[in-house]
Amino acid sequence: MKTKEEKRDSWIAMGLLAGFYVLLLVVEMVVPPTHMLFSILKKSAVYSLAAVSMNLLNGFTGLFSLGQAGFMLMGAYTYAILTMPVELKMGDSVYKYYDCIVHFQTGMIPGLLMAGLVAALMAALIGIPVLRLKSDYLGIATLGFAEIIRAMFQWDALGPLTNGANILSGFIDLNHVYFPFTQVKIPPTFFVFLLSGGCIAVIVLLINSSYGRAFKAIRDDETAAEAMGINLFHYKELSFVISSFFAGISGALLAMYQFTVKAAPFKTSMTYEILLIVVIGGIGSITGSCIGSFLFIACNEWWLRFLDDASNNILGLNILRSGFRKVVFSVVIMVIVLFFSRGLMGDREFSVKRIRKRWEKLRRRGKDAAKGGGEA
Amino acid sequence: MQFLQNSLPYLLAGISVGGQYALIAIGYTMVYGILRLINFAHGDVFMAAGLMMVYLSATLPLYLAIPLTLLATVLLGFIIERVAYKPLRSAPRMSVMISAIGVSYLIQNCALYFTGGLAKVYPAIPWISDTITVWGAVTKRVTLITPILTLVLVVVLVLFIRYTKIGLAMRAVAKDFETSQLMGIKINSVISVTFIIGSLLAAVGSLLYFSNYASVTPTSGGMPGLKCFVAAVFGGIGSIPGAVIGAFIIGICENIIKGLGWTTFSDAFTFALLIVILLVKPTGLFGEKATDKV
Repeated sequence: MKTKEEKRDSWIAMGLLAGFYVLLLVVEMVVPPTHMLFSILKKSAVYSLAAVSMNLLNGFTGLFSLGQAGFMLMGAYTYAILTMPVELKMGDSVYKYYDCIVHFQTGMIPGLLMAGLVAALMAALIGIPVLRLKSDYLGIATLGFAEIIRAMFQWDALGPLTNGANILSGFIDLNHVYFPFTQVKIPPTFFVFLLSGGCIAVIVLLINSSYGRAFKAIRDDETAAEAMGINLFHYKELSFVISSFFAGISGALLAMYQFTVKAAPFKTSMTYEILLIVVIGGIGSITGSCIGSFLFIACNEWWLRFLDDASNNILGLNILRSGFRKVVFSVVIMVIVLFFSRGLMGDREFSVKRIRKRWEKLRRRGKDAAKGGGEA
Repeated sequence: MQFLQNSLPYLLAGISVGGQYALIAIGYTMVYGILRLINFAHGDVFMAAGLMMVYLSATLPLYLAIPLTLLATVLLGFIIERVAYKPLRSAPRMSVMISAIGVSYLIQNCALYFTGGLAKVYPAIPWISDTITVWGAVTKRVTLITPILTLVLVVVLVLFIRYTKIGLAMRAVAKDFETSQLMGIKINSVISVTFIIGSLLAAVGSLLYFSNYASVTPTSGGMPGLKCFVAAVFGGIGSIPGAVIGAFIIGICENIIKGLGWTTFSDAFTFALLIVILLVKPTGLFGEKATDKV
């Protein structure tokens, strides 16, 4: 049974969330769409989904997996190949050196779903052998699979499907998303937030379900979990498949955001970046991952830009030049990893209840102080 | 005979690359043997050694630049261990691994900053970069020197570990971390020595590797690093001869695959090998039996 206060808190939380989305919609209507803010927001929404899906594995199930980039790559390619118009596939502008063998096209939603499903299917296959490994061995094996997937997609023999190592473009991107059955455009940033927010909500529901409790039990103590009747392999595989499903969707979203897809950037370093986002936000915190990805993307691409600008040098020092931003940024990350290993949120969530408690405490202290002052 | 003539260059390249991988793989296997940590930054230390050589040799003569490069790399390895791994000694394994990934990210970004993202041309070291002809196959002299030098260094290292006091301490720490601490072994200095040896060998490896490839980019440490880790796992993690043999096998297979025209899969092959090994024989070729891996 939920108490009255808990109910009220969850209503407030939902209200805040709805308010945020309305605000986002309004901002997108008012501010010119070329503003830096939107590109940051879109990218960080995409990365939030990727980070949350990684957090489901690393933070909630305790599986140290480093295959995220591989699954995102599968999602991105599936989406791009499925939603690209047929005439483009048959023409020479995209598939220059190959004849595309996919003779149909789908809408955006089937494309996104398939992106997730293909990644999930791949994960199910990979999971059977790999999930028997533990900690760092699991990490290095999943990393290996991600690299193999990347090599496969760049392989000449698969060119008629994946266009080899060349770029894919012309599929349904963020600027061509319409409300169903109408010709009204959905504002791109709003759409990304809606979609990745929806996916994250599903993950949150999953984590709070009995499945989620089983995942956490596995994370905390495998032997104890097994003794309690949790089928280790079954639940690990489930977590791996679900995480990859959402990684696939986030890959598809990334493709939509970038307008083009190429296998080359989906490297190990991409997985590392997502892992660092998870660490910054706090391993085991969903809201932490979301905040972490916004901070990561915003610092990386916007707020620290001035460090790259050679004209900002003072005192005749010649330190600031292209790339300095990344150095500062990685030093900050190292400081977080070494001294604040719990990240921004630890394993807690951003909740109305905690804020209310803190607020009440502060108010009480303020009252006490006032009383004390009056007596003296 | 014709077949031999055609495949000889690939075989030679494979042996040479294998030797270079072996020097890096030793760093992985020693660190893993003691700390149970995949030192993700090791490949980047190897790359950093290459870059240091580029910058030092631009201003100094080679007979100064080479020792200085070795020294600076050793210092880098030592500092990384002291700053990034030592504070986390009692932390969960995942935190230390994340710290290693963070260090790797930092080194790559620093390299990006210093090079401006451009590939740097590696200096030609006079005698070893000369071109020679072996049975009709044209190659650099470094190709022949690498396996010999590798074997010499490995023998020296094995003797060092077997017959010196610090070598004894290293073996003890690798066997049982806590007990050896109770027996009065100074864990921190043993770990430092491990990192110093690993970095030194990585620096030598980078001298040989980049003499062959002639250019250094900030990301050129990543792939060799991962492959060398695979080599270490293949040979049995913790075992030095195992790492060397694993590295030679991977180097040769990779170049044969390239020779067959499957260049896209030369990296993928390594990881496929890793996965097969982990599933079939997780202790590797020469690894000791451990229960906590699988």
